[in-house]
Amino acid sequence: MSALLSLQRVSKRFRGLQAVDAVSFEVSVGELLAIIGPNGAGKTTLFNMIAGAIAPDAGSISFAGEPIGGLPADAICRRGIGRTFQIVRPFPALTVEDNVVVGALLHSRDVGKARGRARELLRRLDLFDQRNRTAATLTLPDRKRLEVARALATEPKLLLLDEVMAGLRPTESDRMVATLRTLNRDSGLTIVLIEHVMRAVMALASSVLVLDHGTAIAQGKPEAIVRDPAVVQSYLGADAV
Amino acid sequence: MAAKTSVRLTDHLVRLGTSIFEGVPRPAIILLGALMAVLLVAPWLVNDYLLTVLIVVLYFAFTGQAWNIMMGFAGQLSLGHAIYAGLGAYIAAALFTRFGIAPWLGFLAGIPVTAACGATIGFLAFRFHVAGVYFAILTIAFAEFARIGFDHLDFVNASAGLFLPVAQYAHNDLWHLRGNPTMFYYVILAATALAFVLCRALLKSRVGYFWLAIREDEQAARAVGIDTFRYKMAAVVISAVVTSFAGVFYAFFYNNLFPEQVFNISRSIEMILGPIVGGIGTLFGPILGAFVLTGLAETLNTALGALGLDFPGAKQVFYGICLLLVVVALPEGVWPWLARRVGVGERRQ
Repeated sequence: MSALLSLQRVSKRFRGLQAVDAVSFEVSVGELLAIIGPNGAGKTTLFNMIAGAIAPDAGSISFAGEPIGGLPADAICRRGIGRTFQIVRPFPALTVEDNVVVGALLHSRDVGKARGRARELLRRLDLFDQRNRTAATLTLPDRKRLEVARALATEPKLLLLDEVMAGLRPTESDRMVATLRTLNRDSGLTIVLIEHVMRAVMALASSVLVLDHGTAIAQGKPEAIVRDPAVVQSYLGADAV
Repeated sequence: MAAKTSVRLTDHLVRLGTSIFEGVPRPAIILLGALMAVLLVAPWLVNDYLLTVLIVVLYFAFTGQAWNIMMGFAGQLSLGHAIYAGLGAYIAAALFTRFGIAPWLGFLAGIPVTAACGATIGFLAFRFHVAGVYFAILTIAFAEFARIGFDHLDFVNASAGLFLPVAQYAHNDLWHLRGNPTMFYYVILAATALAFVLCRALLKSRVGYFWLAIREDEQAARAVGIDTFRYKMAAVVISAVVTSFAGVFYAFFYNNLFPEQVFNISRSIEMILGPIVGGIGTLFGPILGAFVLTGLAETLNTALGALGLDFPGAKQVFYGICLLLVVVALPEGVWPWLARRVGVGERRQ
């Protein structure tokens, strides 16, 4: 089974800052990969390169066997990569439902059908009762859920989630974990998530990639990763080891 | 066989007719119906002067609706829409005066030109990421190019102006748009109604949702797979072509065209005031805005005259103050506020 997503020595520099430095990893179909690391480790920059929001300086990114590095974001989404934004960007003046309808219209020319699909997703993400409110009036956790619903509406093969658990209460976070697990199990959706909430990472991820200062310092099973000395050092400092 | 086809056609039209009003609240349908009924009988109720005022109102309702496609729906601020009206006007008028070609055909002949003009402006802006105020400046620049260009274009009499023969026709000639104000009134009324229906259909379609997404957050729109370049181009081209019909109407109603006037930036500004006052991004805002603005101007004329305040510039000063008050009090526009009051509730889309 070949990898669904594969990164080979991908790098990005912002003037003096080497945000991402020769990072390589692969994600196979159906995998749930969590990317963790301290603030400023380059996690979101890595995401933005996979999703086409910014182009990598070097290295190659391929998805489903085809190179996608440097393609525009909309082309990458049409190939089957959905994403959420760390700093949420719903369409503020549109209703919750219309936000998701926009996503569903990518693969449906019929607005009625797209609306049906949108409602199904809103039920799944506990937003159905709020469907007629404008997105701007939602709380932050609800806006994060809305972003997940909108990304799912584009029927992705790979879903990139940038800190969707942040700000959720533990029960809400558990519910989101359950929803994502169900999606992963039932439809074989591959998920790569950036996450700080370790409770969610441990419950959800089949493997974990650790970034620090733009480089991948460890990759493996969640249980092994949290005991890895290099990881502990990067999070807690050298004295903790 | 033919009967069967006609039944199917009728079926189709009925379905189209009902789908246009699908999801519209009942009070809104009643209000729209009542307004349309009043406008249909208006020529019997008002004098010639008021009829001309109504023609101007509907003209601005039409152009406002056309501009709203670009700004209200797709979020692209054009301050140079006079170029599309001007091109439509000059092409139809030149074809009529030179070759006797009917304005309806002249409008059709102008479509490729106005579409290409919109596409050129759109391509330059969207390809090279000229956005926001810089995009607005680009649209002004193109309108200015046109003004200067037509000022030197001898084929249309350059700065001396292009005049249409103002013959007194014994009867109204709809095909050649020669006739009395009542005929022009019905033409612009039909055009405004059609533009309204077209905009609603666009807004409720796939492309309408994509426009709103682009207006709200272009990066997020791309992240859900929308080819933003393509849909912004569509908005500019559709808006340009619809606006060009207003130009054809203008040429045949006023019978004279001067580049200095037709392509003047104040023409572009006049077009956008209606939707701004009425409510950008709403369907009824441009129509209400046109009524409010023209009504305000006419009321000021009468009131200032009666008060003896008709010194030069008085009208403009009071008009400006009133506009300022409306925009400060109702920044979303008059229509969203009024719609909530009458329980129609058309939100800004």
